[in-house]
Amino acid sequence: MISANLAAVFYLVSGILFILALRGLSSPDTSRQGNYFGIAGMIIAIVVTFLSIGNFSTSLVYVVIFLVIGGAIGAFIAFKIPMTAMPELVAGFHSLVGLAAVFVAIAAFLNPAAFNLGNVGNIKLASLIEMSIGAAVGAITFSGSIIAFLKLRGIMSGAPITFSGQHILNLILGIGIFVLIFYLCKTQSTNIFWTVIIISFLVGVLLIIPIGGADMPVVISMLNSYSGWAAAGIGFTLENTALIITGALVGSSGAILSYIMCKAMNRSFVSVILGGFGADNSTDSKKEKKDQKPVKSGNAEDAAFLMKNASSVIIVPGYGMAVAQAQHALREMVDKLKKNDIKVTYAIHPVAGRMPGHMNVLLAEANVPYDEVFELEDINNDFANSDVAFVIGANDVTNPVAKTDPKSPIFGMPVLDVEKCKSVLFVKRSLSPGYAGIDNELFYKDNTLMLFADAKKMTEDIVKNLD
Amino acid sequence: METDPFIFRLSIFILSIFIGYYVVWSVTPSLHTPLMSVTNAISSVIIVGAIIAALAGTSESIFNTSSIFGFIAIILAAINIFGGFLVTQRMLQMYKKKKDKKK
Repeated sequence: MISANLAAVFYLVSGILFILALRGLSSPDTSRQGNYFGIAGMIIAIVVTFLSIGNFSTSLVYVVIFLVIGGAIGAFIAFKIPMTAMPELVAGFHSLVGLAAVFVAIAAFLNPAAFNLGNVGNIKLASLIEMSIGAAVGAITFSGSIIAFLKLRGIMSGAPITFSGQHILNLILGIGIFVLIFYLCKTQSTNIFWTVIIISFLVGVLLIIPIGGADMPVVISMLNSYSGWAAAGIGFTLENTALIITGALVGSSGAILSYIMCKAMNRSFVSVILGGFGADNSTDSKKEKKDQKPVKSGNAEDAAFLMKNASSVIIVPGYGMAVAQAQHALREMVDKLKKNDIKVTYAIHPVAGRMPGHMNVLLAEANVPYDEVFELEDINNDFANSDVAFVIGANDVTNPVAKTDPKSPIFGMPVLDVEKCKSVLFVKRSLSPGYAGIDNELFYKDNTLMLFADAKKMTEDIVKNLD
Repeated sequence: METDPFIFRLSIFILSIFIGYYVVWSVTPSLHTPLMSVTNAISSVIIVGAIIAALAGTSESIFNTSSIFGFIAIILAAINIFGGFLVTQRMLQMYKKKKDKKK
Protein backbone atom coordinates (compact mmCIF):
# COMPACT_ATOMS: atom_id res chain seq x y z
CA MET A 1 0.00 0.00 0.00
CA ILE A 2 1.55 3.29 -1.03
CA SER A 3 0.27 6.82 -0.55
CA ALA A 4 -1.60 8.67 -3.25
CA ASN A 5 1.21 11.21 -3.54
CA LEU A 6 3.87 8.58 -4.07
CA ALA A 7 1.64 6.85 -6.62
CA ALA A 8 1.23 10.15 -8.46
CA VAL A 9 5.01 10.54 -8.64
CA PHE A 10 5.34 7.06 -10.12
CA TYR A 11 2.61 7.80 -12.66
CA LEU A 12 4.60 10.86 -13.67
CA VAL A 13 7.69 8.68 -14.10
CA SER A 14 5.79 6.32 -16.34
CA GLY A 15 4.50 9.29 -18.34
CA ILE A 16 8.08 10.46 -18.86
CA LEU A 17 9.14 6.98 -19.94
CA PHE A 18 6.38 7.09 -22.56
CA ILE A 19 7.76 10.39 -23.86
CA LEU A 20 11.19 8.77 -24.12
CA ALA A 21 9.63 5.84 -25.96
CA LEU A 22 8.43 8.19 -28.69
CA ARG A 23 11.66 10.16 -28.62
CA GLY A 24 13.56 6.95 -29.37
CA LEU A 25 11.78 6.68 -32.70
CA SER A 26 13.74 9.63 -34.08
CA SER A 27 16.19 7.08 -35.49
CA PRO A 28 16.10 3.33 -36.03
CA ASP A 29 19.23 2.98 -33.86
CA THR A 30 17.59 4.34 -30.73
CA SER A 31 14.13 3.00 -31.45
CA ARG A 32 14.52 -0.39 -29.80
CA GLN A 33 15.74 1.22 -26.61
CA GLY A 34 12.75 3.56 -26.82
CA ASN A 35 10.40 0.61 -26.96
CA TYR A 36 11.95 -0.76 -23.74
CA PHE A 37 11.31 2.59 -22.07
CA GLY A 38 7.69 2.26 -23.09
CA ILE A 39 7.44 -1.24 -21.66
CA ALA A 40 9.08 -0.08 -18.41
CA GLY A 41 6.62 2.79 -18.17
CA MET A 42 3.72 0.41 -18.60
CA ILE A 43 4.99 -2.01 -15.95
CA ILE A 44 5.47 0.83 -13.46
CA ALA A 45 1.96 2.15 -14.08
CA ILE A 46 0.34 -1.27 -13.59
CA VAL A 47 2.35 -2.23 -10.49
CA VAL A 48 1.76 1.15 -8.86
CA THR A 49 -1.96 0.79 -9.48
CA PHE A 50 -1.98 -2.57 -7.69
CA LEU A 51 0.02 -1.17 -4.79
CA SER A 52 -2.02 1.98 -4.38
CA ILE A 53 -5.31 0.10 -4.25
CA GLY A 54 -3.83 -2.42 -1.85
CA ASN A 55 -6.66 -4.86 -2.43
CA PHE A 56 -5.00 -8.26 -2.46
CA SER A 57 -8.19 -10.31 -2.18
CA THR A 58 -9.46 -12.90 -4.63
CA SER A 59 -10.32 -10.04 -7.00
CA LEU A 60 -6.63 -9.56 -7.65
CA VAL A 61 -6.28 -13.17 -8.76
CA TYR A 62 -8.99 -12.59 -11.33
CA VAL A 63 -7.37 -9.36 -12.46
CA VAL A 64 -4.10 -11.19 -13.06
CA ILE A 65 -5.89 -14.02 -14.87
CA PHE A 66 -7.66 -11.59 -17.19
CA LEU A 67 -4.42 -9.72 -17.74
CA VAL A 68 -2.68 -12.93 -18.73
CA ILE A 69 -5.51 -13.96 -21.06
CA GLY A 70 -5.44 -10.60 -22.82
CA GLY A 71 -1.66 -10.60 -22.89
CA ALA A 72 -1.54 -14.06 -24.43
CA ILE A 73 -4.01 -13.09 -27.14
CA GLY A 74 -2.02 -9.91 -27.82
CA ALA A 75 1.31 -11.73 -27.96
CA PHE A 76 -0.13 -14.39 -30.24
CA ILE A 77 -1.40 -11.76 -32.67
CA ALA A 78 1.86 -9.82 -32.54
CA PHE A 79 3.93 -12.86 -33.53
CA LYS A 80 1.54 -14.30 -36.10
CA ILE A 81 0.53 -11.21 -38.02
CA PRO A 82 2.17 -10.81 -41.44
CA MET A 83 3.75 -7.42 -42.00
CA THR A 84 1.47 -6.75 -44.96
CA ALA A 85 -1.49 -6.82 -42.56
CA MET A 86 -0.07 -4.08 -40.37
CA PRO A 87 -2.61 -1.38 -41.36
CA GLU A 88 -5.59 -3.49 -40.33
CA LEU A 89 -3.81 -4.60 -37.17
CA VAL A 90 -3.26 -1.01 -36.13
CA ALA A 91 -6.89 -0.18 -36.91
CA GLY A 92 -7.97 -3.19 -34.86
CA PHE A 93 -5.81 -2.11 -31.93
CA HIS A 94 -7.26 1.39 -32.07
CA SER A 95 -10.72 -0.07 -31.76
CA LEU A 96 -9.67 -1.92 -28.60
CA VAL A 97 -8.32 1.25 -26.97
CA GLY A 98 -11.57 2.98 -27.82
CA LEU A 99 -13.71 0.20 -26.40
CA ALA A 100 -11.56 -0.05 -23.27
CA ALA A 101 -12.07 3.69 -22.73
CA VAL A 102 -15.82 3.25 -23.08
CA PHE A 103 -15.87 0.37 -20.59
CA VAL A 104 -13.75 2.19 -18.03
CA ALA A 105 -16.07 5.18 -18.32
CA ILE A 106 -19.10 2.93 -17.85
CA ALA A 107 -17.50 1.26 -14.84
CA ALA A 108 -16.74 4.66 -13.34
CA PHE A 109 -20.29 5.84 -13.99
CA LEU A 110 -21.82 2.77 -12.35
CA ASN A 111 -19.47 2.75 -9.37
CA PRO A 112 -18.13 6.27 -8.91
CA ALA A 113 -17.19 5.65 -5.29
CA ALA A 114 -14.41 3.28 -6.35
CA PHE A 115 -12.83 6.13 -8.27
CA ASN A 116 -13.45 8.81 -5.60
CA LEU A 117 -15.84 10.62 -7.88
CA GLY A 118 -18.83 10.85 -5.57
CA ASN A 119 -21.82 8.51 -5.42
CA VAL A 120 -24.27 7.04 -7.88
CA GLY A 121 -26.69 9.75 -8.91
CA ASN A 122 -24.43 12.37 -7.41
CA ILE A 123 -21.20 12.28 -9.41
CA LYS A 124 -18.99 15.34 -9.34
CA LEU A 125 -19.89 17.61 -12.24
CA ALA A 126 -16.39 17.87 -13.69
CA SER A 127 -15.91 14.10 -13.52
CA LEU A 128 -19.22 13.52 -15.22
CA ILE A 129 -18.27 15.79 -18.11
CA GLU A 130 -14.84 14.21 -18.42
CA MET A 131 -16.09 10.65 -18.36
CA SER A 132 -18.88 11.27 -20.84
CA ILE A 133 -16.51 12.99 -23.25
CA GLY A 134 -14.03 10.14 -22.78
CA ALA A 135 -16.79 7.60 -23.40
CA ALA A 136 -18.10 9.43 -26.46
CA VAL A 137 -14.68 9.82 -28.09
CA GLY A 138 -13.84 6.23 -27.16
CA ALA A 139 -17.04 4.98 -28.76
CA ILE A 140 -16.37 6.95 -31.96
CA THR A 141 -12.84 5.55 -32.03
CA PHE A 142 -14.16 2.03 -31.56
CA SER A 143 -16.81 1.93 -34.26
CA GLY A 144 -14.76 4.08 -36.64
CA SER A 145 -11.77 1.76 -36.29
CA ILE A 146 -13.95 -1.28 -36.85
CA ILE A 147 -15.12 0.19 -40.16
CA ALA A 148 -11.53 1.09 -41.08
CA PHE A 149 -10.48 -2.45 -40.17
CA LEU A 150 -13.20 -4.01 -42.33
CA LYS A 151 -12.26 -1.78 -45.26
CA LEU A 152 -8.55 -2.49 -44.96
CA ARG A 153 -9.16 -6.19 -44.56
CA GLY A 154 -11.29 -6.14 -47.70
CA ILE A 155 -14.32 -7.52 -45.88
CA MET A 156 -16.05 -4.27 -46.69
CA SER A 157 -15.56 -2.51 -50.01
CA GLY A 158 -13.03 0.30 -49.89
CA ALA A 159 -15.28 2.44 -52.03
CA PRO A 160 -16.74 5.47 -50.29
CA ILE A 161 -20.34 5.05 -49.13
CA THR A 162 -22.19 8.32 -49.37
CA PHE A 163 -25.81 9.35 -49.18
CA SER A 164 -27.50 12.70 -49.32
CA GLY A 165 -27.78 14.57 -46.07
CA GLN A 166 -24.90 12.59 -44.61
CA HIS A 167 -22.99 15.60 -43.34
CA ILE A 168 -26.10 17.21 -41.93
CA LEU A 169 -26.92 13.99 -40.12
CA ASN A 170 -23.40 13.80 -38.67
CA LEU A 171 -23.65 17.41 -37.57
CA ILE A 172 -27.01 16.85 -35.89
CA LEU A 173 -25.74 13.75 -34.11
CA GLY A 174 -22.60 15.59 -33.02
CA ILE A 175 -24.60 18.44 -31.56
CA GLY A 176 -26.98 15.89 -30.07
CA ILE A 177 -24.11 14.34 -28.12
CA PHE A 178 -23.24 17.68 -26.55
CA VAL A 179 -26.86 18.45 -25.70
CA LEU A 180 -27.26 15.02 -24.11
CA ILE A 181 -24.06 15.47 -22.07
CA PHE A 182 -25.47 18.77 -20.86
CA TYR A 183 -28.69 17.06 -19.72
CA LEU A 184 -26.69 14.20 -18.26
CA CYS A 185 -24.95 16.70 -16.00
CA LYS A 186 -28.28 18.08 -14.87
CA THR A 187 -30.11 14.81 -14.32
CA GLN A 188 -27.34 12.21 -13.78
CA SER A 189 -29.65 9.87 -15.67
CA THR A 190 -28.21 6.48 -16.58
CA ASN A 191 -30.37 6.29 -19.70
CA ILE A 192 -28.91 9.48 -21.09
CA PHE A 193 -25.41 8.16 -20.45
CA TRP A 194 -26.17 5.02 -22.46
CA THR A 195 -27.75 7.10 -25.22
CA VAL A 196 -24.61 9.23 -25.50
CA ILE A 197 -22.54 6.08 -25.97
CA ILE A 198 -24.90 4.56 -28.55
CA ILE A 199 -25.07 7.75 -30.62
CA SER A 200 -21.28 7.99 -30.50
CA PHE A 201 -20.96 4.45 -31.86
CA LEU A 202 -23.23 5.51 -34.71
CA VAL A 203 -21.21 8.67 -35.40
CA GLY A 204 -18.02 6.60 -35.63
CA VAL A 205 -19.55 4.44 -38.33
CA LEU A 206 -20.99 7.37 -40.26
CA LEU A 207 -17.71 9.23 -40.07
CA ILE A 208 -15.62 6.53 -41.70
CA ILE A 209 -17.92 4.92 -44.30
CA PRO A 210 -17.65 7.83 -46.78
CA ILE A 211 -13.87 7.70 -46.79
CA GLY A 212 -12.25 5.71 -49.58
CA GLY A 213 -9.37 3.24 -49.59
CA ALA A 214 -6.41 5.42 -50.43
CA ASP A 215 -7.42 8.00 -47.85
CA MET A 216 -6.86 5.32 -45.24
CA PRO A 217 -3.48 6.73 -44.14
CA VAL A 218 -5.34 9.83 -42.96
CA VAL A 219 -8.11 7.82 -41.35
CA ILE A 220 -5.78 5.57 -39.40
CA SER A 221 -3.79 8.56 -38.17
CA MET A 222 -6.97 10.33 -37.22
CA LEU A 223 -8.30 7.36 -35.27
CA ASN A 224 -4.90 7.12 -33.60
CA SER A 225 -5.39 10.69 -32.49
CA TYR A 226 -8.94 10.02 -31.26
CA SER A 227 -7.82 7.05 -29.19
CA GLY A 228 -5.37 9.42 -27.48
CA TRP A 229 -8.00 12.03 -26.70
CA ALA A 230 -10.29 9.32 -25.33
CA ALA A 231 -7.49 8.12 -23.04
CA ALA A 232 -6.84 11.68 -21.91
CA GLY A 233 -10.53 12.17 -21.13
CA ILE A 234 -10.49 9.09 -18.92
CA GLY A 235 -7.20 10.31 -17.44
CA PHE A 236 -8.92 13.46 -16.23
CA THR A 237 -11.70 11.38 -14.71
CA LEU A 238 -9.27 9.15 -12.87
CA GLU A 239 -7.01 12.10 -12.01
CA ASN A 240 -4.17 10.02 -13.36
CA THR A 241 -1.09 11.82 -14.68
CA ALA A 242 0.27 8.89 -16.67
CA LEU A 243 -2.98 8.64 -18.58
CA ILE A 244 -3.25 12.40 -19.16
CA ILE A 245 0.34 12.64 -20.47
CA THR A 246 -0.08 9.58 -22.67
CA GLY A 247 -3.42 10.75 -24.01
CA ALA A 248 -1.92 14.10 -24.96
CA LEU A 249 1.11 12.46 -26.59
CA VAL A 250 -0.94 10.01 -28.61
CA GLY A 251 -3.51 12.65 -29.49
CA SER A 252 -0.95 15.05 -30.87
CA SER A 253 1.00 12.24 -32.55
CA GLY A 254 -2.06 11.13 -34.49
CA ALA A 255 -2.94 14.70 -35.35
CA ILE A 256 0.54 15.38 -36.75
CA LEU A 257 0.47 12.19 -38.81
CA SER A 258 -2.92 13.13 -40.24
CA TYR A 259 -1.51 16.53 -41.13
CA ILE A 260 1.54 15.01 -42.84
CA MET A 261 -0.66 12.59 -44.80
CA CYS A 262 -3.06 15.32 -45.90
CA LYS A 263 -0.20 17.50 -47.01
CA ALA A 264 1.30 14.64 -49.00
CA MET A 265 -1.96 14.40 -50.91
CA ASN A 266 -2.44 18.15 -51.13
CA ARG A 267 -5.90 17.76 -49.64
CA SER A 268 -7.42 19.54 -46.71
CA PHE A 269 -8.25 17.54 -43.65
CA VAL A 270 -11.87 18.63 -43.95
CA SER A 271 -12.20 17.33 -47.50
CA VAL A 272 -10.82 13.95 -46.45
CA ILE A 273 -13.25 13.75 -43.55
CA LEU A 274 -16.17 14.75 -45.73
CA GLY A 275 -15.09 11.88 -47.95
CA GLY A 276 -16.43 10.67 -51.25
CA PHE A 277 -13.15 11.24 -53.10
CA GLY A 278 -12.79 8.86 -56.03
CA ALA A 279 -16.49 8.08 -56.07
CA ASP A 280 -17.09 10.65 -58.72
CA ASN A 281 -17.49 9.18 -62.22
CA SER A 282 -17.31 12.34 -64.29
CA THR A 283 -13.76 11.60 -65.46
CA ASP A 284 -14.77 8.33 -67.10
CA SER A 285 -15.47 9.69 -70.55
CA LYS A 286 -12.10 11.40 -70.66
CA LYS A 287 -10.39 8.22 -69.64
CA GLU A 288 -11.85 6.17 -72.48
CA LYS A 289 -10.49 8.57 -75.04
CA LYS A 290 -7.06 8.49 -73.55
CA ASP A 291 -6.96 4.72 -73.53
CA GLN A 292 -6.45 4.76 -77.28
CA LYS A 293 -3.10 6.46 -76.98
CA PRO A 294 -0.19 4.18 -77.80
CA VAL A 295 1.49 2.44 -74.94
CA LYS A 296 4.79 0.63 -75.08
CA SER A 297 4.67 -2.62 -73.25
CA GLY A 298 7.43 -5.07 -72.61
CA ASN A 299 8.27 -8.26 -70.84
CA ALA A 300 10.61 -9.36 -68.09
CA GLU A 301 13.44 -9.88 -70.53
CA ASP A 302 13.29 -6.28 -71.77
CA ALA A 303 13.16 -5.02 -68.21
CA ALA A 304 16.13 -7.12 -67.16
CA PHE A 305 18.10 -5.92 -70.16
CA LEU A 306 17.36 -2.27 -69.42
CA MET A 307 18.33 -2.56 -65.80
CA LYS A 308 21.46 -4.58 -66.43
CA ASN A 309 22.75 -1.81 -68.65
CA ALA A 310 21.88 0.95 -66.22
CA SER A 311 24.28 2.41 -63.72
CA SER A 312 21.62 3.62 -61.29
CA VAL A 313 18.11 2.39 -60.57
CA ILE A 314 15.47 3.96 -58.33
CA ILE A 315 12.67 1.77 -57.08
CA VAL A 316 9.28 3.30 -56.40
CA PRO A 317 7.08 0.93 -54.40
CA GLY A 318 3.38 1.44 -53.73
CA TYR A 319 0.34 -0.30 -52.36
CA GLY A 320 0.38 -2.79 -55.24
CA MET A 321 3.66 -4.17 -53.93
CA ALA A 322 2.02 -4.81 -50.58
CA VAL A 323 -0.98 -6.50 -52.17
CA ALA A 324 1.19 -8.76 -54.28
CA GLN A 325 3.64 -9.33 -51.38
CA ALA A 326 6.41 -8.61 -53.83
CA GLN A 327 8.90 -7.11 -51.36
CA HIS A 328 11.05 -10.24 -51.02
CA ALA A 329 11.25 -10.85 -54.76
CA LEU A 330 12.09 -7.19 -55.16
CA ARG A 331 14.98 -7.47 -52.73
CA GLU A 332 16.28 -10.47 -54.62
CA MET A 333 16.19 -8.47 -57.82
CA VAL A 334 18.03 -5.59 -56.18
CA ASP A 335 20.71 -7.94 -54.83
CA LYS A 336 21.34 -9.20 -58.35
CA LEU A 337 21.58 -5.64 -59.66
CA LYS A 338 23.99 -4.65 -56.93
CA LYS A 339 26.23 -7.54 -57.84
CA ASN A 340 26.55 -5.92 -61.25
CA ASP A 341 27.67 -2.69 -59.55
CA ILE A 342 24.42 -0.91 -60.21
CA LYS A 343 23.44 1.69 -57.65
CA VAL A 344 19.96 1.01 -56.32
CA THR A 345 17.89 3.24 -54.06
CA TYR A 346 14.26 3.29 -53.02
CA ALA A 347 11.96 6.31 -53.22
CA ILE A 348 8.96 6.40 -50.94
CA HIS A 349 6.04 8.76 -51.20
CA PRO A 350 4.51 9.64 -47.81
CA VAL A 351 1.11 8.21 -48.76
CA ALA A 352 2.35 5.11 -50.55
CA GLY A 353 0.45 2.22 -49.02
CA ARG A 354 -2.40 2.28 -46.58
CA MET A 355 -0.79 3.79 -43.52
CA PRO A 356 2.10 6.12 -42.67
CA GLY A 357 5.40 4.30 -43.10
CA HIS A 358 3.74 1.22 -44.61
CA MET A 359 6.31 0.75 -47.41
CA ASN A 360 9.25 1.25 -45.07
CA VAL A 361 8.12 -1.59 -42.85
CA LEU A 362 7.64 -3.95 -45.77
CA LEU A 363 11.08 -3.14 -47.18
CA ALA A 364 12.61 -3.57 -43.75
CA GLU A 365 10.90 -6.95 -43.53
CA ALA A 366 12.58 -7.94 -46.79
CA ASN A 367 15.93 -6.97 -45.22
CA VAL A 368 16.37 -3.81 -47.22
CA PRO A 369 18.78 -1.61 -45.23
CA TYR A 370 16.99 1.55 -44.14
CA ASP A 371 19.78 3.81 -45.36
CA GLU A 372 18.95 2.85 -48.96
CA VAL A 373 15.37 4.02 -48.54
CA PHE A 374 14.63 7.70 -49.10
CA GLU A 375 11.69 10.01 -48.61
CA LEU A 376 10.22 12.06 -51.42
CA GLU A 377 12.04 15.33 -50.73
CA ASP A 378 15.41 13.64 -50.28
CA ILE A 379 15.42 11.72 -53.53
CA ASN A 380 13.28 13.66 -55.95
CA ASN A 381 16.22 15.45 -57.53
CA ASP A 382 18.00 12.18 -58.21
CA PHE A 383 15.50 10.96 -60.80
CA ALA A 384 16.96 13.30 -63.43
CA ASN A 385 20.39 11.70 -62.98
CA SER A 386 19.22 8.10 -62.90
CA ASP A 387 18.90 5.60 -65.68
CA VAL A 388 15.91 3.53 -64.68
CA ALA A 389 12.94 4.10 -62.41
CA PHE A 390 11.22 0.86 -61.44
CA VAL A 391 7.66 1.67 -60.38
CA ILE A 392 6.09 -1.26 -58.63
CA GLY A 393 2.53 -0.94 -57.41
CA ALA A 394 2.52 2.84 -57.19
CA ASN A 395 0.41 4.98 -59.50
CA ASP A 396 -1.06 8.34 -58.54
CA VAL A 397 2.05 9.37 -56.62
CA THR A 398 4.05 9.30 -59.86
CA ASN A 399 1.54 11.07 -62.09
CA PRO A 400 3.13 14.14 -63.68
CA VAL A 401 -0.33 15.58 -64.21
CA ALA A 402 -0.19 16.79 -60.61
CA LYS A 403 2.43 19.29 -61.74
CA THR A 404 1.01 20.26 -65.13
CA ASP A 405 -2.77 20.19 -65.21
CA PRO A 406 -4.50 22.60 -62.81
CA LYS A 407 -7.82 20.91 -63.60
CA SER A 408 -6.71 17.53 -62.34
CA PRO A 409 -8.07 16.47 -58.95
CA ILE A 410 -4.56 15.72 -57.78
CA PHE A 411 -3.07 18.99 -59.02
CA GLY A 412 -0.61 20.35 -56.47
CA MET A 413 0.01 17.04 -54.81
CA PRO A 414 3.73 16.48 -54.37
CA VAL A 415 4.70 13.62 -56.71
CA LEU A 416 7.85 11.68 -57.44
CA ASP A 417 9.53 13.03 -60.59
CA VAL A 418 9.74 9.57 -62.10
CA GLU A 419 9.35 10.81 -65.69
CA LYS A 420 12.71 12.59 -65.48
CA CYS A 421 14.51 9.26 -65.47
CA LYS A 422 16.04 8.09 -68.74
CA SER A 423 13.62 5.20 -68.77
CA VAL A 424 10.72 4.15 -66.62
CA LEU A 425 9.60 0.59 -66.00
CA PHE A 426 6.05 0.52 -64.76
CA VAL A 427 4.81 -2.75 -63.28
CA LYS A 428 1.04 -2.81 -63.31
CA ARG A 429 -1.71 -5.26 -64.02
CA SER A 430 -3.56 -3.07 -66.50
CA LEU A 431 -3.94 0.50 -67.64
CA SER A 432 -6.74 1.13 -65.17
CA PRO A 433 -6.51 4.43 -63.36
CA GLY A 434 -5.42 4.62 -59.75
CA TYR A 435 -7.47 5.54 -56.77
CA ALA A 436 -7.92 9.16 -57.75
CA GLY A 437 -9.78 7.90 -60.84
CA ILE A 438 -7.49 9.69 -63.25
CA ASP A 439 -5.27 8.47 -65.98
CA ASN A 440 -1.53 8.45 -65.43
CA GLU A 441 0.25 10.40 -68.18
CA LEU A 442 3.37 8.48 -67.41
CA PHE A 443 1.96 5.41 -69.20
CA TYR A 444 2.12 7.15 -72.56
CA LYS A 445 5.55 8.74 -72.35
CA ASP A 446 8.15 7.61 -74.86
CA ASN A 447 10.56 6.54 -72.20
CA THR A 448 8.03 4.41 -70.32
CA LEU A 449 7.88 0.67 -70.71
CA MET A 450 4.79 -0.91 -69.23
CA LEU A 451 5.17 -4.35 -67.68
CA PHE A 452 1.68 -5.79 -67.47
CA ALA A 453 1.70 -8.45 -64.78
CA ASP A 454 1.29 -9.16 -61.13
CA ALA A 455 4.04 -7.29 -59.26
CA LYS A 456 5.46 -10.38 -57.59
CA LYS A 457 5.39 -12.57 -60.67
CA MET A 458 6.97 -9.92 -62.86
CA THR A 459 9.73 -9.26 -60.35
CA GLU A 460 10.48 -12.97 -60.08
CA ASP A 461 10.66 -13.23 -63.86
CA ILE A 462 13.05 -10.31 -64.01
CA VAL A 463 15.23 -12.00 -61.42
CA LYS A 464 15.41 -15.09 -63.64
CA ASN A 465 16.33 -12.97 -66.63
CA LEU A 466 19.09 -11.16 -64.76
CA ASP A 467 21.21 -14.29 -64.59
CA MET B 1 -7.49 31.34 -2.92
CA GLU B 2 -6.45 27.84 -3.83
CA THR B 3 -6.10 26.61 -7.37
CA ASP B 4 -8.43 23.82 -8.35
CA PRO B 5 -6.42 20.58 -8.90
CA PHE B 6 -8.18 20.35 -12.24
CA ILE B 7 -6.14 23.32 -13.41
CA PHE B 8 -2.95 21.46 -12.55
CA ARG B 9 -4.06 18.49 -14.56
CA LEU B 10 -5.06 20.72 -17.42
CA SER B 11 -1.59 22.29 -17.32
CA ILE B 12 0.04 18.87 -17.49
CA PHE B 13 -2.26 17.97 -20.36
CA ILE B 14 -1.49 21.05 -22.40
CA LEU B 15 2.25 20.89 -21.76
CA SER B 16 2.18 17.25 -22.82
CA ILE B 17 0.50 18.18 -26.08
CA PHE B 18 3.41 20.52 -26.75
CA ILE B 19 5.95 17.85 -25.83
CA GLY B 20 4.10 15.42 -28.08
CA TYR B 21 4.13 17.95 -30.89
CA TYR B 22 7.90 18.41 -30.84
CA VAL B 23 8.75 14.78 -30.12
CA VAL B 24 6.56 13.44 -32.91
CA TRP B 25 7.91 15.88 -35.50
CA SER B 26 11.36 14.50 -34.76
CA VAL B 27 10.25 10.95 -35.54
CA THR B 28 11.77 9.81 -38.82
CA PRO B 29 9.09 9.14 -41.49
CA SER B 30 10.37 5.61 -42.06
CA LEU B 31 9.32 4.76 -38.50
CA HIS B 32 5.78 6.10 -38.76
CA THR B 33 4.25 2.64 -38.65
CA PRO B 34 6.09 1.64 -35.45
CA LEU B 35 5.10 5.06 -34.08
CA MET B 36 1.46 4.17 -34.55
CA SER B 37 1.80 0.75 -32.97
CA VAL B 38 3.74 2.05 -29.99
CA THR B 39 1.32 4.92 -29.37
CA ASN B 40 -1.33 2.25 -29.49
CA ALA B 41 0.44 0.28 -26.82
CA ILE B 42 1.05 3.20 -24.50
CA SER B 43 -2.46 4.57 -24.76
CA SER B 44 -3.53 1.24 -23.27
CA VAL B 45 -2.24 2.57 -19.97
CA ILE B 46 -5.98 3.11 -19.64
CA ILE B 47 -5.73 -0.34 -18.08
CA VAL B 48 -5.10 1.38 -14.73
CA GLY B 49 -8.71 2.56 -14.80
CA ALA B 50 -9.84 -0.94 -15.69
CA ILE B 51 -7.87 -2.39 -12.77
CA ILE B 52 -9.36 0.10 -10.32
CA ALA B 53 -12.85 -0.79 -11.52
CA ALA B 54 -12.17 -4.52 -11.40
CA LEU B 55 -10.73 -4.42 -7.89
CA ALA B 56 -13.67 -2.42 -6.57
CA GLY B 57 -15.85 -5.51 -6.19
CA THR B 58 -16.42 -6.65 -2.62
CA SER B 59 -15.26 -10.05 -1.43
CA GLU B 60 -18.88 -11.31 -1.54
CA SER B 61 -19.42 -10.15 -5.08
CA ILE B 62 -16.24 -9.96 -7.07
CA PHE B 63 -18.27 -9.56 -10.23
CA ASN B 64 -20.79 -6.75 -10.12
CA THR B 65 -21.90 -4.74 -13.14
CA SER B 66 -19.19 -2.15 -12.69
CA SER B 67 -16.33 -4.57 -12.09
CA ILE B 68 -17.36 -6.77 -15.02
CA PHE B 69 -16.83 -3.81 -17.33
CA GLY B 70 -13.49 -3.36 -15.61
CA PHE B 71 -12.52 -6.98 -16.20
CA ILE B 72 -13.46 -6.86 -19.89
CA ALA B 73 -11.53 -3.61 -20.26
CA ILE B 74 -8.51 -5.33 -18.70
CA ILE B 75 -8.59 -8.00 -21.41
CA LEU B 76 -8.97 -5.41 -24.19
CA ALA B 77 -6.18 -3.22 -22.86
CA ALA B 78 -3.89 -6.19 -22.19
CA ILE B 79 -4.28 -7.39 -25.79
CA ASN B 80 -3.20 -3.95 -26.86
CA ILE B 81 -0.31 -3.63 -24.44
CA PHE B 82 1.28 -6.97 -25.27
CA GLY B 83 0.30 -6.89 -28.92
CA GLY B 84 1.37 -3.28 -29.37
CA PHE B 85 4.78 -3.49 -27.74
CA LEU B 86 5.65 -6.88 -29.20
CA VAL B 87 4.66 -6.03 -32.74
CA THR B 88 6.61 -2.76 -32.45
CA GLN B 89 9.62 -4.70 -31.25
CA ARG B 90 9.22 -7.14 -34.12
CA MET B 91 9.13 -4.31 -36.63
CA LEU B 92 12.04 -2.43 -35.13
CA GLN B 93 14.19 -5.57 -35.22
CA MET B 94 13.83 -5.53 -38.97
CA TYR B 95 15.28 -2.06 -39.48
CA LYS B 96 18.91 -2.68 -40.26
CA LYS B 97 21.76 -0.72 -41.72
CA LYS B 98 23.70 -1.71 -44.80
CA LYS B 99 26.61 -3.34 -43.00
CA ASP B 100 24.48 -5.56 -40.79
CA LYS B 101 24.41 -9.28 -41.35
CA LYS B 102 21.63 -10.34 -43.61
CA LYS B 103 19.83 -13.51 -42.82
